[in-house]
Parts: sequence; structure tokens; C-alpha cells
Amino acid sequence: MKKTVILSVATVAGLAAAAATAGTVDDVKARGKLNCGVTTGLVGFAAPDANGEWKGFDVAVCRAVAAAVLGDASAVEFVPTTGKTRFTALASGEIDMLARNTTWTFSRDVDLKFEFVGVNYYDGQGFMVPKALGVTSAKELDGATVCIQTGTTTELNLADFFRSNNISYEPVPIETNAEAQQQYLAGACDVYTTDASGLAATRATFENPGDHVLLPEIISKEPLGPLVRHGDHEWGDVVRWTLNAMVSAEELGVTSANIDELSSGAGDNPEVNRLLGTEGTLGEMLGLDADWAARAIKAGGNYGEVFAQNIGEETPIGLARGLNAQWTDGGLLYSPPFR
Amino acid sequence: MSDVSFVRTEMLPEQAPPASEVGLIGWIRHNLFSGWFNSILTLVSLYAIYYVLSGVLPWVFQSVWNANSLNECREIMMATWGSTHGHACWAVINDRWLQLLFGFYPSHLYWRPIAALLLLLVALAPVLYSDRLPTKMLIFSAIYPFLMVWLMWGGTIWGPIAAALGFVVGWGVYTLVSKQLSGLFGLIAGVAASVIWWLVLSSYFVGALDSILPIGIEAVQSRQFGGFMLAILLGVVAIGVSLPIGIVLALGRQSDLMIVKYLCVGFIEFIRGVPLITLLFVASLLLNLFLPPGTNFDIILRVMIMMTLFSAAYMAEVIRGGLAALPRGQYEGADSLGLNYWQAQRLIIMPQALKISIPGIVSTFIGIFKDTTLVSIIGLFDVIGLASAIRADTAWNGIYWELFAFIAALFFVVCFSMSRYSMYLERKLQTGHH
Repeated sequence: MKKTVILSVATVAGLAAAAATAGTVDDVKARGKLNCGVTTGLVGFAAPDANGEWKGFDVAVCRAVAAAVLGDASAVEFVPTTGKTRFTALASGEIDMLARNTTWTFSRDVDLKFEFVGVNYYDGQGFMVPKALGVTSAKELDGATVCIQTGTTTELNLADFFRSNNISYEPVPIETNAEAQQQYLAGACDVYTTDASGLAATRATFENPGDHVLLPEIISKEPLGPLVRHGDHEWGDVVRWTLNAMVSAEELGVTSANIDELSSGAGDNPEVNRLLGTEGTLGEMLGLDADWAARAIKAGGNYGEVFAQNIGEETPIGLARGLNAQWTDGGLLYSPPFR
Repeated sequence: MSDVSFVRTEMLPEQAPPASEVGLIGWIRHNLFSGWFNSILTLVSLYAIYYVLSGVLPWVFQSVWNANSLNECREIMMATWGSTHGHACWAVINDRWLQLLFGFYPSHLYWRPIAALLLLLVALAPVLYSDRLPTKMLIFSAIYPFLMVWLMWGGTIWGPIAAALGFVVGWGVYTLVSKQLSGLFGLIAGVAASVIWWLVLSSYFVGALDSILPIGIEAVQSRQFGGFMLAILLGVVAIGVSLPIGIVLALGRQSDLMIVKYLCVGFIEFIRGVPLITLLFVASLLLNLFLPPGTNFDIILRVMIMMTLFSAAYMAEVIRGGLAALPRGQYEGADSLGLNYWQAQRLIIMPQALKISIPGIVSTFIGIFKDTTLVSIIGLFDVIGLASAIRADTAWNGIYWELFAFIAALFFVVCFSMSRYSMYLERKLQTGHH
């Protein structure tokens, strides 16, 4: 019995090692397509449009990586994954990277053997209540019924928050966000709690968004970011620095409007030159060509442009930059320097 | 005592029955208001029907068909009826119905699944209406599975041909060996030959012929399959393949050969004892982990196999019920005629047993067809999965009932047709045991 367990563990480990050492960059280049895991649909982050074209904030990361590695932002095979299938899909090599608003946690990084390459959205768990309830703080929610998605970290955060504040609540378990909207609107629960970005997106779909307020408390840290398998550092670097290139581009003022001009020749700003490959050999170090980052930025624009297009204040979702502003504007986005 | 008795000497002419006893009024009196209790029940039911319809009908018919987003729908509703409550926004169906039907199948190739569906009807016709159509049409029914695969997935035509040749190879080996040795050896050798052909030789065959004579149509990835098309594809395959497997399993379970019997019992009890969703997770997750990396074992094929096995286990039990319902005398009668096992099954037992099990078989068919929606849980975009993907579009986020009403209508049409056909079949096969 023991032996079989050990054997099967060894088999799995061996498979994982084999999958890891194959060299994902070469695999992707040979295949001519990037297999990118996304959600089966989350407003603003990933959703297929009427033509089956995937759009969204997470999708933009996939497209940028595809543009950097393959030179074609449309050379992406989007593999829809659910909360249950996402990690197996990545571990088994079915997908090359996962960009599926996944929270970076210790156990996912260490125990599940994944590598989070960065954070593309800093989220946190919030509360939404009807304005008529007259509640201004989550600490006044004693005895409230709360709609909560089962089996998520939000469920655990909620329990922690209420326990540490010594107040009671009654959970109303729900399975999907769509169900939560219906339950909440039907009055089955006083409060709906999930990631603040999700709450904002949900509220935007209500007939009278003004009748509902988001409470100021954010009770958890949810850094969402793309991830790859442990062990293939070359591939991890490619994805990490593609994300960093998008962030740096915004910081350095490189936009999809001026990138053609900036990348046509070396300009005044050496960091822009290094980023866009008009100076230095950064692309070569990464195993790619010189204008990899320029292509990645051209795919959908810099971080700020992607944000504004998909989830920013001009869209129905209307998220403010908040924590996701550049460090120079008081946010947390801080890309290491390109040198 | 005077005699006042009176005897009529001529017949009275027939009179029309009173108006309250015939026609519509008579029917209503007899069926709806035959007593105070039934009258109350009638009135309550009428009110209930009115209540439901008065809510549903305006919602269905006073609705918005042309809009680009839910908010636009709401604006139109406000402008037209002054309220957004109780009006459907069918614009989402108008916008996305092709996607709900075909998933991400390339739009210039929509004719292929449509052709596959029409040809399916042609292939089914001689099976379903065997008394009205020539038996020769069954040849097309035999070709159809390979034709369907080619139409749906595209690619080189030699792939399906090689798959079909596997059966020919198996059959050839079987007849050769069973003549030389025994039937059992022939069967084993035939199956082995087919498997070797499919797993090893056919890829060389396809490669060679494709380089000599490349005939093919544009290939479509499994990932692009979706929508109601996926439900029909999975349903048709599971239904079509599970019936023969189910018959074999049911016979195997009643067999006198111990190994065969316990293999069948074990298979049936294991599959029936496990929820379908577990099997689907095995198909999508565990196989991924245990197959060597780089193996490209098509996800839809995996799901098809699991659904077929699942439905076959149920089918076996339904057919076993039919077998058990046959009187012992039928088996004995077959034996006394000197028929061997397969002749008895084919000519006497199965026709009767299957007839008895028709309602159960069709129930299983309908059940497995509806179960195809479970694949949305493993990330395949069937029609339910697409509904949530459509909701994830900022334009349609928050829309709910319209999508599900549309999906329910799609499923109802197919399931109701199956149910009606089974009733037709029962009437046709009614040979009068009453």
C-alpha cells in the first residue's frame, strides 16, 4: 500500500518534472500558439464577444505575451477554466500560463508548485448593501444575512472578519455570481460580499445602481496575477517581464499612440530605448528578439490603456485606479527597472 | 278497482338530448362542474392558470428584440411601457443566438454542423421508420458516423476512412481465425487486430495516403465546439453508442459464463454507483495528469467516452428489466425450436424485451441528453456555459431569465420529440397482450 502511494507520487512528480523541463518558450514557438487559461467568463476580465473573440483585462495579458513571443497578438488559444479545473490545467501542461484573476497566496505559490509572475490587479474583499438599510460600516452588520460564494477564500475571510469583530452573521451560500445577483436583488440576503471589482461590476448591472452602496471596509488582500508552472524560469521570465513592460510603458509614457514613433529609433530616454529594444540587448537575454516589448505593448496598449478599456471609469464597470495606480501616483504598481 | 293501466301503442320519436347534456356545455358540466367540489377546483385552477399566464405572456410578448445592451433594453422598456418590470429583453438572444447554437464554430463553416444534422435525420430514418423505408438506406446509416466526424472536425478524409477500415480489418481477421480455430479466438483476434490498426498502423496509412492524395476540408479544433451543437453531438453519440453497448452488457449480466458475467456486473455497478460529474472530472483532470505530457487526447472525445459509458450502464439495467419481464416460456420456446443463443436473442428475446423497455430506454436517452449540460462545469462551452460567458460581457451582465428560457425551449423541443416518437413506436409495436 505504502509502496503504491510512493510510486504514484513518484510518477506524478516525474511527469511534472518532464512537463517542466520541456522548455515552454520553445514549445510555444514550435506550436505557433500560446495556450492561455482564462475564466469561463468574468465581467471586464475575460469574456467572449458575439464573434467569439475574447476580450478583457486578463485576456490582454495573454495577448501581450503572445505578441512578445510569437509576434502575433491573436495567436492565442484561450482555454476556459473553472475554479476547479484551473490548477490542474496548468500543472498538466494543458495551458502554458494562467491569467484568471487568481489570488496569489502562499500555498498556491509554494504547495501547488506554481510561480506567480506578478500582480496585474490588486483586489480586496468588500461588501455591498442596499442604501435603504442605512448601514455605513461593515462593523454595523451584526446579525445580517450575507450572500457568499461557497468554497472560495472570500468565505474564510468573512468568517475571520466577523469573528475578530465579535459580531454574528448568517451565511446564504450561493454558487455563482449570477445567482448572487438574483438572490441579493430578491432580498434573500442583506449583504453581498465578494471581491470589490466584482461588486462594482455587479452593481453596474442593477437597474438603480444608486440604491446600493459599497461599504468602505476592504477585509482582505487579493493580489490577482498571472501564473506559470514552477521550474521553467525562462518562461516565467518572459511572462513576468511582459507584464512589467506593460506597467513600465505606462510609467514612461509609452502608449499605443506614440509607440510606433518611439520604437522607430533611439530617443532621448535611455530606459524607453532599452524597453523598446532600440538600445541594449534585453530581448536577447530573454531569448526573444529586440522589439518583443514593443509588440507586447502594441497588442493592447500599456497597462493604463488596458485598464481604461476594460474595467476603467469610462466603462460600465467603472473601477477607479485606486491601489492599481502607478507608484508615482500613490498606487502599488511598481515595475523593476529595465536595464 | 277500475283498470287505468295504459300501454303505449307506438314508439315515441327519438328526441335530441337536452342542451345541457351535449356539446360544449355538456362537456363542461360533466368534466368541470360535476359537483360543488369539482366546481371549486375548476375555478381555483382557472385562476391559477390566469395568474401564471397574465405574468408570463406579457413578459414574453411585450418585449424588446432590438438593443445592443441590457441598459439599452431597459431604456426602451421605460420609453415604451413606463416600467422595466415584466418585460423580457430578447435582444440578447437576437444578438447571440448563433453563438448559443454553434459555440465558437467558425461562422463560414456553419453549413457543416447543419449538414451533419440533416444527414443524421436521413441516417436515422431507416432505423426509426423501418417499415416505411427501404432497408438499403441502412448502408448510409452505417457510413454516417464516419461522415459525421469528418464533417464536424474536418481535416483529411483519410482519417475517418482509416477508422472505418479498422472495423473491416477486425471483421476480416475474425472470419479468417474463426474458420480456422473457434469463434471465441476469432473474436479476440479480430478485436486485437482492430485495436492494433487504430493505435499503430492507421496513422501511417493516413499519412501515406494524405501525401499521395490530399483530400480534405478545413479542420476545426475541439475547443471551438460549443453551444447547443455540443449538446446534440454529445447526446447523439452517447445515445447511439450506449444502446448496443447496453444490450451487450445486459446479456452479459445474464450470461452463464462467470468471467463475462462478473465483468459486466462490475462495470454496471461501478459506473452506476458514481455520479456523472465525477466521471467528467476524471475525464478532464485526472487523465490530464496521468497521461504523459504532450499527449493530445481530445477533451470532447474524452467527455464522449465517459458519457457513453455512463449511459450504457443505465441502458443495460433498463434492458435487463425488459429481459426479466419476458415469460420463461419464451426462452424455452426458443430453445425447443433448436435456435442457438444468438439466433434466439435476435429473433425471439430481444425484439420483445426491447419493446417492453421502450419507455425506460427513451427516458434514459432524454436523461443523458439533458446531462450533457454538466460539461459546463469542466469548462466546456455548452449552451449553459455560454450563457454565463454571455453574462460576463459588460453589455449583457445581469441578464438571466431570457437566456435560460431560450435554453429550456431548445431542450424541450428535442426531448419532447423523443418522447412523442417513443409513444408512436409503442403504438406501432402494440401486438395486443391485453
